[in-house]
Amino acid sequence: MDIFIAIVQILDSTIRLSVPLLLACLAGLYSERAGVFDIGLEGKMLVGAFAGAAAASVFHSAFLGLGMAILISVAFALIHGFASITHRGNQIVSGVAINFIAAGSTIMLGQHWFQQGGRTPALAPGERFEAITWPGVDAVRGVPIIGPIYSELISGHSILVYIAFLMVPFTWWVLFRTRFGLRLRAVGENPAAVDTAGISVAWLRYRALICTGILTGVAGAYLSMVQNGGFVKDMTAGKGYIALAALIFAKWKPVNAMFACLLFGFLDALSIRLQGTPLPLIGKVPVQFMQALPYVLTVILLAGFIGKAIPPRAGGVPYVKER
Amino acid sequence: MAQAAIELIGINKSFGAVRANRDINLEIVRGTIHGIVGENGAGKSTLMSILYGFYQADSGEIRVGGQPASIKTPNDAIALGIGMVHQHFMLVDNFSVLENVILGAESDALLKKSIAKARSELERLEREYGLEVDPDAIIEELPVGLQQRVEILKALYRGAEILILDEPTGVLTPAEADHLFRILKQLKEQGKTVVLITHKLREIMAITDTVSVMRQGTMVATRETKKTTVEELAELMVGRRVLLRVEKGEAEAGGVKLAVKNLTVKDTRGVTMVDDVSFDLRAGEIVGIAGVAGNGQSELLEAISGIRHAVSGSVMLDGKPIDLTGKADPGELRDRGLAHVPEDRHHVGLVLAFEENENSILGYHDDPRYLKGPLLDIDAIRNDAKDKITKYDIRPADCRLKTANFSGGNQQKIVLAREMEQDPGVLIVGQPTRGVDVGAIEFIHKRLIAMRDQGKAVLVVSVELDEIRSLSDRILVMFAGRIVGERGPEASEGELGLLMAGVEQREAAE
Repeated sequence: MDIFIAIVQILDSTIRLSVPLLLACLAGLYSERAGVFDIGLEGKMLVGAFAGAAAASVFHSAFLGLGMAILISVAFALIHGFASITHRGNQIVSGVAINFIAAGSTIMLGQHWFQQGGRTPALAPGERFEAITWPGVDAVRGVPIIGPIYSELISGHSILVYIAFLMVPFTWWVLFRTRFGLRLRAVGENPAAVDTAGISVAWLRYRALICTGILTGVAGAYLSMVQNGGFVKDMTAGKGYIALAALIFAKWKPVNAMFACLLFGFLDALSIRLQGTPLPLIGKVPVQFMQALPYVLTVILLAGFIGKAIPPRAGGVPYVKER
Repeated sequence: MAQAAIELIGINKSFGAVRANRDINLEIVRGTIHGIVGENGAGKSTLMSILYGFYQADSGEIRVGGQPASIKTPNDAIALGIGMVHQHFMLVDNFSVLENVILGAESDALLKKSIAKARSELERLEREYGLEVDPDAIIEELPVGLQQRVEILKALYRGAEILILDEPTGVLTPAEADHLFRILKQLKEQGKTVVLITHKLREIMAITDTVSVMRQGTMVATRETKKTTVEELAELMVGRRVLLRVEKGEAEAGGVKLAVKNLTVKDTRGVTMVDDVSFDLRAGEIVGIAGVAGNGQSELLEAISGIRHAVSGSVMLDGKPIDLTGKADPGELRDRGLAHVPEDRHHVGLVLAFEENENSILGYHDDPRYLKGPLLDIDAIRNDAKDKITKYDIRPADCRLKTANFSGGNQQKIVLAREMEQDPGVLIVGQPTRGVDVGAIEFIHKRLIAMRDQGKAVLVVSVELDEIRSLSDRILVMFAGRIVGERGPEASEGELGLLMAGVEQREAAE
C-alpha cells in the first residue's frame, strides 16, 4: 500500500510540475502553428510571473495579479509580433532578446520596487490561488484506491491547474473546429494562400501571438502565485525551452502536447522523489544526476524517438508578398 | 457590341525604377476566352495582380461590368466576381480539398456548417462543369492537374464570373492541359469570362477568342485569334521577327563521347524507371530524347550525370566509366568535361538566394581562375559574370542582383552560361527552355547548335516535341523507361507522337 501511496504522490506532483510546461507548450503551439517561432516563451512566462506576483502583493488580489500577468505577457508577445511580423525581423533573435529583457527587467524592477533582492514580497493567502477541495473528499478519503486518487490527484489543486488541462481540448477544438483555427493553421503552412483568399496575414498572426501571450501569462502566474508564494529571480529555470522541446515532441498537436508535458513533469517529479533514495542495484545516485535526468531524456527523445516531426511549413519565415 | 466584363483604362504601375505597366488599355468581352501573351517580364502578371487587388495601380481606372471599381484587396476582387488561379498554387498542401476551398470564404465561425455547405456546393460544381475531385483528398497527395482544379473550384465557390489563369499549363502534362482546356470551354459556354495568361502561343491559338499582346510593360496589340497567326504573335511579343525553327547545317558526327549501355534505374519504391537503355552520343551531334513527362527521362539524365544510383549498366565518358552508385563527385565529372544543365533549375541548378555572380560560377568555384590563394577572387568572379551577362544577354544586366529576382528565362540563361562557358566536351541539358519565353528560346537553341558546331556532344531531354524536332540530329523516343524508337529530325510529329504514346510498341508485340 505504501508503494501505491508513493505512486499517487509522484503522480500528484507530476500534475503540479506539468502545468507550467503545458500552458507554455500550448502557448507555443498557437504561435508556431501560425508560422511564428517563439523561443521567447521563457521570457514571457518570467514577466508574467513577476507581474502577477507584484500586482497580487500590491493590490492584495490573486485575480488582479493573474490579470496583470496576462496583460504584461501579451504586451511582450506583441513586441515579438512587431519585430517579427510587422518588421519581418528574425524570429529567433527577437525571441532571445525578449528572454534577455525579461530576465534583466524583472530583477531590476523587483529590486527597485520591493528592495528584496529582486524578489517580490511573500504572498499572503488571499493573494495566492488556493487549492480547491472538491465535494465529498472527506467522505471517500478512506476508500482504498479510489479514495487517494480522488482526494490527492483530482481534488486539491488550484483553479489554474484545472484551466491548464481544460485548455487542451479547448485548443484542439479551436484549431480543428473553428474558422479561426483553420485560418491559423493555414497561415502557418502557406501564408500566400491566406493572403490571396483575402485574409490579412499580419492580423491573423498577431491574434495567434495574443493567444500565446495569454497562456504564457497564466503559466507565469502559476509559477509565482501557486507553486511559489512570490516571484524569485529566474524562476522559470528553462521551462520555456522544455515546453518548446515538448512541442516538437508532440508534433504541434494539443493532445500530444499534454502527454509530452506530463512525461516531462513525471521525470521531474521522479527525480525529486528519488533524490537521496538508494536505487536497487545501482545504490545511491548523486543528486545532480537525478536533476539532470529530465534534460538528458529530453535530448534522447528529441534525437531519436519521436520519428519525423514536420514543423509548420512557413514556420520562422516572415511573410513577404511576392512580386 | 458585346458587353465588356472588364475594362482597364490607362493603368500604370512602377516598382521602383521599373515600369511594369505603362498606360495599359484593355477590354475583355463577357463570355469569351481572352488570351494575354507576352514574354516573361512583359508585365502580364503585374496587370492581373492589379486586377485581383494584390497590387494597387499607380494610376488608371478599372471597370467591372461597366461600373468603375475600386479593387484594393483580393477581397474586393472576389466580391466583384473575379477569381484567380495563380501560377504557383495558393493551396495549403496538408489541408483537404474542402478545407482549401472554404479558407477565407467560411460561411460560419464553426467549420462543421461551412464544410457541409461547401460539400454540397462542390457536388453542384462537379455536375455543372465536370470538375471532379475527391473533396476529402489531401492536396499534397493529388497530382498537379487536380490541384489546379481545386484552385478553379476555389474561385467558382466564391462566385467568380471572371476567371484569371496565370500560366496554367506550365506544370501540366499535355493530357492534363487538354482536360483543362475542355473545362475552360465549358466555363465559357456557361457564360463565364476567362482570361488566360501564357507565353505558349500554341495554347492561345487553340483556345482563345481574342488575344492581347504585351511587350515591355505596354499593350502592343489586340487581335481576334481567328485572324492572326503564331508568327505574327511571336513577332509582336518580341518586337522583331522570330525564327520558331532554328536554321542549322548538317551534323558532322565524330567519335563517341558518351556511351550508355544497358542502363537500368529504379526509383525509391523499386519501380523500374529506366529500363535497359543503350545509346551513343557522338562529338558534333545533338541527340534529343523525346517523351511524355514521367517516362524515365528525368531519371536517365540524373543517372548519367552521376546524381542518381543506377541498378545496372554502364556509362562511359570518353571511354572511361562514370560512377553510377549515385555517389559520384560532380566536381570530378565536371573536370572530365561533362556539364549538366538540370531540369529543375530552382532546386538543383541555382541557389536562388545567391547573387547572380555567385551562381554563375557555382560548382566551378574551385577553378584557379576564381581563386586568390585560399580565398575567392570576388573581382574575377564578378568580371566573369559580367562577361557572361553580355554574351548571353541576361537581363537585368546586374551581377549583384539576387538570382530569385531574375525571370525564369534569364535564370535558365545563367545556368546555361555557367555550363557552356566551361567549354565541356559533353553537355547534358534537361528541358532547356521550360518557362522560357520565345525570344530567349531562339537564343538558347542557337547557342546549343553553336556548341554542336564546335564539335561538342549535346544531349537534350525535352517534353516539348517542337524543340526536340528543331534541335536534334537524332531523336530517341522514350516510353515507360525504354527507348522505343530512333528517328531522324525529318520524322513527322504524328509519327513521334505515336511512339511517345507507346502505340507502335504495342502493335509490334501483337
